[in-house]
Amino acid sequence: MSAVQDAVTKNPTIDVVSENALTFGVDSQDVAIGIPAIDAVPKRAMTLGYGSSLVMLALLLLVPLFVKNFIIFQLTMLLIYGLAVLALNILTGGSGQFSLGQSAFYAVGAYTSAILMEHAGVNYALTLPVAGIICFGFGFLFGQPALRLSGVYLALATFALATAMPQLLKLNFFEPWTGGVQGLVVTKPDAPFGLPMSQDMWLYYFTLVVTVAIYIFSVNLLKSRSGRAFMAIRDNEIAASAMGIDVALYKTLAFGVSAGITGVAGGLGAIAVQFVAPDSYTITLAIQLFLGMVVGGVGWLPGSIVGSAFIIFVPNIAESVSKGLSGAVFGVLLFLVIFLMPHGARQVAMICQQLVGKLRKN
Amino acid sequence: MLSAKKARIAAFATAVTVFAATSGSALAQKKYDTGATDTEIKIGNIMPYSGPASAYGVIGKTEEAYFKKINAEGGINGRKIDFISYDDGYSPPKAVEQARKLVESDEVLLIFNPLGTPSNSAIEKYMNAKKVPQLFVATGATKWNDPKDFPWTMGWQPSYQSEAHIYAKYLMKEKPDGKIAVLYQNDDFGKDYLKGLKDGLGAKVSMIVAEESYETSEPSIDDHIVKLKASGADVFINISTPKFAAQAIKKIAELGWTPLHIVSNVSSSVGGVIKPAGYENSQGILSAAYAKDGADPQWDNDPGMKKFFAFLEKYYPDANKIDGSTVYGYGAAQTMVKVLQMCGDDLTRENVMKQAASLKDFAPDTLLPGVKINTSATDFAPIEQLQMMRFKGEKWDLFGDIISDEPGN
Repeated sequence: MSAVQDAVTKNPTIDVVSENALTFGVDSQDVAIGIPAIDAVPKRAMTLGYGSSLVMLALLLLVPLFVKNFIIFQLTMLLIYGLAVLALNILTGGSGQFSLGQSAFYAVGAYTSAILMEHAGVNYALTLPVAGIICFGFGFLFGQPALRLSGVYLALATFALATAMPQLLKLNFFEPWTGGVQGLVVTKPDAPFGLPMSQDMWLYYFTLVVTVAIYIFSVNLLKSRSGRAFMAIRDNEIAASAMGIDVALYKTLAFGVSAGITGVAGGLGAIAVQFVAPDSYTITLAIQLFLGMVVGGVGWLPGSIVGSAFIIFVPNIAESVSKGLSGAVFGVLLFLVIFLMPHGARQVAMICQQLVGKLRKN
Repeated sequence: MLSAKKARIAAFATAVTVFAATSGSALAQKKYDTGATDTEIKIGNIMPYSGPASAYGVIGKTEEAYFKKINAEGGINGRKIDFISYDDGYSPPKAVEQARKLVESDEVLLIFNPLGTPSNSAIEKYMNAKKVPQLFVATGATKWNDPKDFPWTMGWQPSYQSEAHIYAKYLMKEKPDGKIAVLYQNDDFGKDYLKGLKDGLGAKVSMIVAEESYETSEPSIDDHIVKLKASGADVFINISTPKFAAQAIKKIAELGWTPLHIVSNVSSSVGGVIKPAGYENSQGILSAAYAKDGADPQWDNDPGMKKFFAFLEKYYPDANKIDGSTVYGYGAAQTMVKVLQMCGDDLTRENVMKQAASLKDFAPDTLLPGVKINTSATDFAPIEQLQMMRFKGEKWDLFGDIISDEPGN
């Protein structure tokens, strides 16, 4: 939150903006005018008001009815990466810990689902909670040593995890289950109960339900006692422990929750793509997720979906501009976004809120 | 009298045949699937223009240039080729997204020469469910020759197993009492090769006295070489990627070990492997090839390669002519054009697969003389011939006959 804090203190003229901006939707009244905006940041800044949320949900529900299957597939991937970015957002935006190792958790989730579906014949929907629980455990355990590290050192430790994962998946020892370098092909589920919809559309709505459930869970988590503990640790670890917060427990818990959600996203990703292979989960994926979080706005949960859209669609845009220089074009676009909107999508939301506020006043 | 009658009958017969032939083609319905029209044929492609394998992006660019040349020369049966090539960064999920974009959004007739074993594995099931040709995939894995289970997927280059069979044949003939040591990379490439070698040796598989595998993450493979030498082998088969192949050649020279040394075609590049390993260390090494080498002066006056160089000069002037990827892309694109020409006015996906599976003795300009493409409804492996070569001086010398790995040989 320090970024917003800085903005507010450095530039008193945007005081009004932030006050409005940080309280989206219908319940803007309950923020008493005059109380400094900073106080309202932790709880409300992380979420969207009911009104905006419902509009967003309606859009997500209706759009697939009017587009081609390919677009539905892209939207499904949008939700899945959105979930993974959300998980990172809880970790970094919520508890202030960095991770460049999310691709490892994503891979574990994806492989858990794929192996359960293809080798054990488990129903795809049931594999997701298993993937989530396994990744929660994995993240929680990884969180233990990670406790001793912070800032860039933690980022490096998680980076190591991400680089190691594809090679671990290739190990001969696991090959009977993982299929080694050849990967595993996953069967795509049909719509149940004979519903008249394509596999893609069914999978989209299934993913949407999971995503919405996890989103509500995350919002509530951050509003809860644990969420406040995360944020206290993020803002000042010493102060937090002085207040009686078990810093070690909550830090590892944040890692676990983040890894668990990433695992569910990985499982969904395996089902949507119908294929898992070690090369799908390289460090590039971890960096993409990190990028998505920054572009969406660190600590602003609804921004996750914007960040996810950025990592899915902007490379395609870059490629259509120039095939040979797609990487460079992507870099320029990214630079522009970071330069013009250092707080990502949240900043855009703030500006919109400001405009709406002005219109109302007139 | 008799002969006049005969002549009349013959003339009549000819007339009937000619009539049947002409009316046949005149009456033939133009048939199209999505992606083909009277004026255009849409071809999709997926390449790693970015990411770890981006060096192969040259293949896609060469193919694009080749189709530009075909269009400039009037297209295929009057139809221009619209070549849509996307980047997947060598990432399987991205390949799935791009394949779906090509099939469902751009509505291409087929996807041609998508690169990489992981990417092709990821889209194989989708392409076959959609019944869209996944033609001439750019990978050496053996699994693409499976017309029964995947009738919409076909390879192009010789598979790793085919190449290994050829080495096995050579060894059984030239060195039947040899003791073989194998070094292989622990991944799909290395394991495919090893399987091919063992299958090729068949009953004589006991010729292999030592096997060592290495991980691509190992900084050096010296230990493995020392162990293999200790096995007392007199044949060394080097199934490794360029960096490791060069290390192995050097180490063997250092140890003073002089086995019959075979390196895989993947690592036979003079510039990428032999030169860094040292010419003096590489004399007498064996390998096999199916395409001409743009860097080799012996092809400078070859009519096929002259056409290839002229093409590069006019349509892809910034290309590096000694990059094997340009030779590869040219040959693959030429095969694609041949198939589309054979399709005539029946540009349905089914007919494309049917024609792709009826190539007879087709020889693209950049393949070695004598290497021909043959396919059938049960043989989805277009190139199955290679020629052995020996390194001498500063270049490879081809020797012996073209060896074929067609089924039944």
